[in-house]
Amino acid sequence: MSGARMSGRDAIVALHAARGARDVVITTMAPARDWMTLPQQPLDLVFVPSAMGHATSIGLGIALAQPERRAIVCNGDGSMLMNLGSLASITGAGASNLVLLVFENGVYEVTGGQRTAGTHVDFAGLARAAGFASVFELSKLEDWTARIGDVLAARGPVFAVLKVEPAAGVPGPKSPGPARERARRLMDALRG
Amino acid sequence: MSSLFSGEQIAGVLDELGITHVVTVPDSTIGQWQSAIEDRGRARLVRVCREGESWEVAAGLYLAGARPIVMIQCTGLFESGDAIRNVLHDWKLPIFAIIGYRSYLNQETLPGDTCLVFTEPILDAWRIDYRLLTEPTQLAAIAEHHRACASEGKPGAIVVAEGKA
Ligand SMILES: Cc1ncc(C[n+]2csc(CCOP(=O)(O)OP(=O)(O)O)c2C)c(N)n1
Repeated sequence: MSGARMSGRDAIVALHAARGARDVVITTMAPARDWMTLPQQPLDLVFVPSAMGHATSIGLGIALAQPERRAIVCNGDGSMLMNLGSLASITGAGASNLVLLVFENGVYEVTGGQRTAGTHVDFAGLARAAGFASVFELSKLEDWTARIGDVLAARGPVFAVLKVEPAAGVPGPKSPGPARERARRLMDALRG
Repeated sequence: MSSLFSGEQIAGVLDELGITHVVTVPDSTIGQWQSAIEDRGRARLVRVCREGESWEVAAGLYLAGARPIVMIQCTGLFESGDAIRNVLHDWKLPIFAIIGYRSYLNQETLPGDTCLVFTEPILDAWRIDYRLLTEPTQLAAIAEHHRACASEGKPGAIVVAEGKA
């Protein structure tokens, strides 16, 4: 199976194990669904409910307010396509502590797996052109697992495309609880 | 003067309010304030590509302890709908905005500009408590309204009448 794409869930499990204790991790769409199945930490922002496309923007805000903390954003490819300008906003603002992971499955997985308009898009190329300092493209789980430390520690802003298999028939993420309370807990963790 | 307020006046108000970041897409009126805000060196300008981003960037800043403000044109308010819904109503974050009201003072550039039709109904629809400023004497209302909204922990906006596009 060495040519096979990793599953999004396996990629998330590997990230969960590798994230640093002070990192804030922002997840949306299928990555949020998979992240929620793992033990949660106060510095997790499960961005559900979301405005589609804006996980990158909320991550940028957190990264700018706390430049000494790493902000890791796990985004869907459809969501990325919806807010491509945020690539320029991130690099333009010099958010060197931001790590953006795009889970490229070619579809809108959580709405039933419809094809996106951008299956031909070279996300890594877009990120390079937008000025990300380090850009990675990984499709095998063993490569992601081996390189995840390098990705997180690379000169930022960092962009990594994780080419993943869409999970068919798995329901989308459900809100893990009242957003206002979760916002308050995250604020305490970030400001504490 | 082509703007009700000068950049120095706006920068002074932002300073007084302890604003740390101004998340913005400019227009020809509010864009004139950028250099004064930067010259003062207290609030940082965060330039985004579309206004929907501005609310979510401000949300992230706010969650992480900064004091952001959104500064956009009313056209950008129209562009921002889903982000406003998410930030102000799902997550209930008290983000404050200064919004330029295109064509309010004259419609020479864009006769019949529909911004005049939709700006205030849209603010009402999004349940944003706003104050419309139409005179240069109303500068103090910006800080007053910001403080009132902050003390209640709710979002709000100042809408600044503009003369051109
Ligand atoms: C503005 C907007 N348009 C459409 C939707 C419907 N919608 C919800 S999730 C989703 C797909 C997300 O796709 P992607 O970001 O690729 O993540 P994946 O589901 O593949 O993990 C869509 C289209 C929405 N919530 N908001």
